[in-house]
Amino acid sequence: MKKIFIAFILASLFHPGFSQAPVRSGPPALDKVKSLTLPTPVRFTLSNGLKVVLMEKHNVPLVQVNLLIETGNYDDPLGKEGLASFAMDVLDEGAGNFSALQLSDEIEYLGAQIGSGSRPFSSEVNCTAPIARLQEAISLMSTIVLRPAFADKEIDRLRKLRLNGLLQSYDEPNAIANRAFNQLMFQDNSPYGRFSSDNSIRSYVREDLLAFHRTHFVTGNSTLIVAGDVTRESIQPVLEKYFAAYPKGNAVAKTRPTPTQVKGRSIYIIDKPGAAQSVIQIGRLGPARNDPAYYAANILNTIFGGSFTSRLNNNLREQHGYAYGAGSNFSFWNTPSPFLSSSSVQTDVTGAALGEFFKEFDKIRLPIPADELNRGKNYNALGYARLFETNSDLASTLGSQVLYQLPDGYYNGYVGKVLSVTPQEVTAAANQFIVPDNMLVVIVGDRAKIEAGIRQLNLGNLNFLSIEDVLGKKPVL
Amino acid sequence: MKLYSVITLLLCALSANAQKIKIPYEQFTLPNGLNVILHQDKTIPRISVNVWYFVGSGSEKPGRTGFAHLFEHILFEGSKNVPEGKFDEWLEAAGANNNGSTTEDRTNYYEDLPANALDLALFLESDRSFLLASLTYSTVDGQRDVVKNERRQSYENRPYGKAGLDVPALLYPKNHPYSWPVIGSMADLSVASRQDVADFFTQFYLPGNASLCIAGDIDLVQARKAVEKWFSDVPAGKPVAPIQPVSAALTEEKRVVVEDKVQLPRMEMIWLTPANFQPGNAEMDLVAAILGGGKNSRLYKRLVYDLQIAQNVSCYQGSSKFASDFHIAVTARPGIGLTQVEKIVQEEIERLKNELPTERELNRVVSQGESRFLSQIERSGGFSGKANQLNEYYFYTGNPDYFNEDLQRFKAVDVSDISAATRKYLRSDARVVMSIVPEGKKDLAASKN
Repeated sequence: MKKIFIAFILASLFHPGFSQAPVRSGPPALDKVKSLTLPTPVRFTLSNGLKVVLMEKHNVPLVQVNLLIETGNYDDPLGKEGLASFAMDVLDEGAGNFSALQLSDEIEYLGAQIGSGSRPFSSEVNCTAPIARLQEAISLMSTIVLRPAFADKEIDRLRKLRLNGLLQSYDEPNAIANRAFNQLMFQDNSPYGRFSSDNSIRSYVREDLLAFHRTHFVTGNSTLIVAGDVTRESIQPVLEKYFAAYPKGNAVAKTRPTPTQVKGRSIYIIDKPGAAQSVIQIGRLGPARNDPAYYAANILNTIFGGSFTSRLNNNLREQHGYAYGAGSNFSFWNTPSPFLSSSSVQTDVTGAALGEFFKEFDKIRLPIPADELNRGKNYNALGYARLFETNSDLASTLGSQVLYQLPDGYYNGYVGKVLSVTPQEVTAAANQFIVPDNMLVVIVGDRAKIEAGIRQLNLGNLNFLSIEDVLGKKPVL
Repeated sequence: MKLYSVITLLLCALSANAQKIKIPYEQFTLPNGLNVILHQDKTIPRISVNVWYFVGSGSEKPGRTGFAHLFEHILFEGSKNVPEGKFDEWLEAAGANNNGSTTEDRTNYYEDLPANALDLALFLESDRSFLLASLTYSTVDGQRDVVKNERRQSYENRPYGKAGLDVPALLYPKNHPYSWPVIGSMADLSVASRQDVADFFTQFYLPGNASLCIAGDIDLVQARKAVEKWFSDVPAGKPVAPIQPVSAALTEEKRVVVEDKVQLPRMEMIWLTPANFQPGNAEMDLVAAILGGGKNSRLYKRLVYDLQIAQNVSCYQGSSKFASDFHIAVTARPGIGLTQVEKIVQEEIERLKNELPTERELNRVVSQGESRFLSQIERSGGFSGKANQLNEYYFYTGNPDYFNEDLQRFKAVDVSDISAATRKYLRSDARVVMSIVPEGKKDLAASKN
């Protein structure tokens, strides 16, 4: 088999240009991969000490400016779950001399977009603007960042939107499963297992939002990230003009406890009568972002559930037709963090599908065939140029570099590091991170139709929860 | 220091916000009828190979709905020289991503891959033309189950999802090509045979009924040679007869109530509007933005911001070759009946009909659209990058580089056109009014007073 393939490559090398008739006996041999070498990002600080990271990109007259704040959802105070997200939401509802409606009108009129929001460990204000409107857009962005009104009227309005959003999640099987999984994975008031609730949403007062802004919007906790059709010469004076007043200050210490590993195997069924599919989520703690096994774990995940040809998708979708798709991922926080595999499977095969997950967990711990391993490595390594295509791709890649404290040049070394991972390292990662005897299993589906099939598998104790056990008492609005 | 020294777009600033977009491209037709479009962009060392087959659910026969989309799935299952499973394996091993999608008008496929792997994509795409040699009943059967689960996941197990499946039949006359949903019915999917699939393929998957676009880090001469090499032996087949749809016109108001597992009731109004790129179509995109795009839009401001009786508002026009549909959807707050919501929506529609919008309102939504054009040309691949857009413009207008003309459609609209189009198309006596209410709460439905 291998010999035929080599002969084919030689044949095509010796007859370039002559053989125009296609040879369809196998995939064509490919030239050497072209590499992408990124320049070192330009770094400078404004007069107040606010850090700026810039990467130029001149093919479209647009610019992306992100203010990255290293405080996120998991930094919310106990009892005020959802506060970071809520504060970032209210941030652009009126600022400086502009009302919420005026701000929105001004931004849209420029053809710009300014948004704000939070993530697990960070918050961001993002601005995309046509280069011709750069000054005006940055001026509006800085007004939002520096002088948010946090008016009671807007707080109350957005509070009602949130409560209604929470109410709607009682019908959303994926939202229910996500929440159940994290609440069960992280117990004892761990910040990673707490979510906004009827109570917490009703608890936010203006002072909470002001305190969030005052505490976290400081130079020591923030970075401006710029990508697009600008140079340092063109952008620095604009940023200086509009962000020199950004408050100086140090980041407050954050409580980011190291979570404890799942013990044994427990299965939770959350009843959703009449559901056409069951949402299955299975996982445990995986590695932190700075784990030496990071590259091996990435390749492992690509092979297990991180690509279309991955084993989970191939099994549940292609071989059995139980689902539209199935997948897995590692969260890679700065602490050990969830490995999660999931799928939505048709109700009447829920037990069988769950059994297939566990068969795959067992199998992935055995040595992986060479062609499968190489495919996983190449998919990872050769796809990485996608991280740098658009301004917002570039800005979010630079943002990750800040959050994970990755050195300059990191991305240029990425391909080599992925390709140098050995088969032994991938199998070691599988045995370390995918442990079928220690898994948390959450299933949202029609209990009456799925319980027997799940019980038959003898995976462990079955526990039953209602949707209200997971989401709390339904808000009364 | 400059990462992206090769400038592939010629952009000259005419005024503050107005740029002329030029996407240079090369176009040619192979003797078998395949249209080919090449566009060079060296931003990153990747390319996108994008193929449109001009067949969608609109070409299906009643009783075999969901077929074009089922077929899209089957095209990933291998072909004459590509064993089952290898299509995706070979692409992933080269560092590629790929996908496909189906609408009423067309089916598209793309492979986004490192610049060295053009031949692989062209080999795989061209070998799809030799599908029948490998097609088996079990391939069809396997993907039938996958598609049924796609239907469950995207519609049946999703709040408000089921109602969307009923809309085409309410909006279009029986036998109109848009009168059934793209995903098809479970019953029709169950009866699709291998022969049905083979006939569909022979009839529609032909080079003369397709367009291939390659955008990205390519050498134009080499790319052309590669296309000629891989596609020249694909047989032309018989010409595809154009679809002759019966005319679509709603002549009454249809009111429907659907119960679903939802907490909040939702009202959806739907009208028929002019086909993609036809007169009136751009106006209605702008009407959608004025009514429902952003905090200051008429319906959002009134229902969500001021009165706070709605949770969200969405307005959009779905544009297709023979007709478009215009949607207003409002999700009400608990305890708010949809009759009350409808009354306010109607007031705002009447206001837009009778009073001109302000210049600023119109400029705001046009500027937003203009910036979206710029964002779109940042990316070559995927479902919304340049490769797909060049094919889309070619399909709908015959001109791949229709960016400026398209933008001009919006810039040419004035405030009186907005009111006129609203009067003409958002009629109260020619629409569907759908109430989706929590189970057992039919009393919340919008009832005509």
